[in-house]
Amino acid sequence: MATIQTAKRPSAKRSTVALKYSMAVSGLIMLGYLLVHMYGNLKFFQGREKFDSYLEGLDDILYPYLPHEGALWIIRIVLTAALVVHVYAAVTLWRRNKAAAGFVGNTRYHTKQNKTGVQRSYASFTMRWGGIILLLFIIGHVAQMLPNWLSPGGASDSKYDRVVNGFELWWVVLLYTIGLVAVGFHLAHGFWSALTTLGQNHSSTRRSSRLTAVSIGLAVIIAGGFLTVPFAIFFFGAGS
Amino acid sequence: MNITVRVWRQKNADDKGKMVTYGVENVSEHMSFLEMLDVLNEQLTLSGDDPIAFDHDCREGICGACGVVINGQAHGPQTTTTCQLHMRSFEDGAVIDIEPWRAGAFPVVKDLVVDRGAFDRIIQAGGFISAPTGSAPEANNLPVPKEDADHAFESATCIGCGACVAACPNGSGMLFTAAKITHLGLLPQGQPERDSRVIGMIEQHDHEGFGGCTNIGECTSSCPKGIPLDTISRLNRDLLGALAKGKA
Repeated sequence: MATIQTAKRPSAKRSTVALKYSMAVSGLIMLGYLLVHMYGNLKFFQGREKFDSYLEGLDDILYPYLPHEGALWIIRIVLTAALVVHVYAAVTLWRRNKAAAGFVGNTRYHTKQNKTGVQRSYASFTMRWGGIILLLFIIGHVAQMLPNWLSPGGASDSKYDRVVNGFELWWVVLLYTIGLVAVGFHLAHGFWSALTTLGQNHSSTRRSSRLTAVSIGLAVIIAGGFLTVPFAIFFFGAGS
Repeated sequence: MNITVRVWRQKNADDKGKMVTYGVENVSEHMSFLEMLDVLNEQLTLSGDDPIAFDHDCREGICGACGVVINGQAHGPQTTTTCQLHMRSFEDGAVIDIEPWRAGAFPVVKDLVVDRGAFDRIIQAGGFISAPTGSAPEANNLPVPKEDADHAFESATCIGCGACVAACPNGSGMLFTAAKITHLGLLPQGQPERDSRVIGMIEQHDHEGFGGCTNIGECTSSCPKGIPLDTISRLNRDLLGALAKGKA
């Protein structure tokens, strides 16, 4: 019974590992964008004039080789594609993994003990639901970027002023913080996982890996870097 | 010591199954976990009940036949096989939950026994290696770096017990498959079929209904042979290489 070879197998190109490759690459593309985005946000501390002129300059990256806003549209299309691939792979793997876990009714193991595993990190528990929070955050964040459509705190032609107006409201700061903490957790496991999936882990356990330390460091830098602007505005009155 | 065990009882593959509580008295702390189950089964037989079915063979920690989930951990609290786990690892008066490996690819046959035939079919899908037959060649004609030999041997110690699948919240067989990929992939004899092997084994792995790897490392923490986590990264690297060459 054990050695009957089944004839028709799904191709390795559609395997869980191949799906993970697409998840890793799309994730790394979005991470690269986040780093550039954070660099731009930190220009806030140079004041209104420099911040606004930096943002206007983005419209003409590589001009005249690319049309007005050409580079931005390329970035928007690549990021949207990366997000769609990332979410598609996540949902597909989530469903496959759930089916594979061997649930009996609603539970896998009936015991109440050791429910949280032995060595897995807290961040790894947040990937799926944290990912959904992130998706909602991204949708809200993009809606907010549309010209003066959704402007908590008051609209303005100066993007610097819009940032200040928004982050003077406590609930905007709170929602933004929740979003960024979700980003941090997602990256703390996600960056490690992406590089491991692409074959770059060389350590024998999860905890001892140098990649683990790098991932956590990266997560702290990105979440912290983004949060300096709203915290400076809300707590220290920057920009007003 | 006196203990209480809650065991998963399931008459056959179609039965719904449930947890049943039994008391076991006068357990010696020097007994292995399986010997404790033997004592319980004697009690059950004497009282006319059906004894608990569980897999076991060598009871020396080298065959990979035994294995149950004890208190939510594959092979229990020590990093060893269930047969090499001793009752001194538990407190007097403890309540111990015993359940079968849970995975879609490992259907329960009876009580704590699951069908692990899926592992055999993954190995079969890996195919043969090209090795000349006849008299054994001169060993020194084929140099293997010490580090590679050690790492290959480390991976080859996998006994296919299935603890990695039971510990993985995704029911993934990736650590097992990765151990097989690594132990042949690091040696010169494994090179000719390296690409077809990883493709065949991954296809079979997914076809059997195992889940995907999320790189959390629960598998390595329950592996009685200490198969390292980087084997999975090596498998990913090998498959990426094979796909890039258009071998799928």
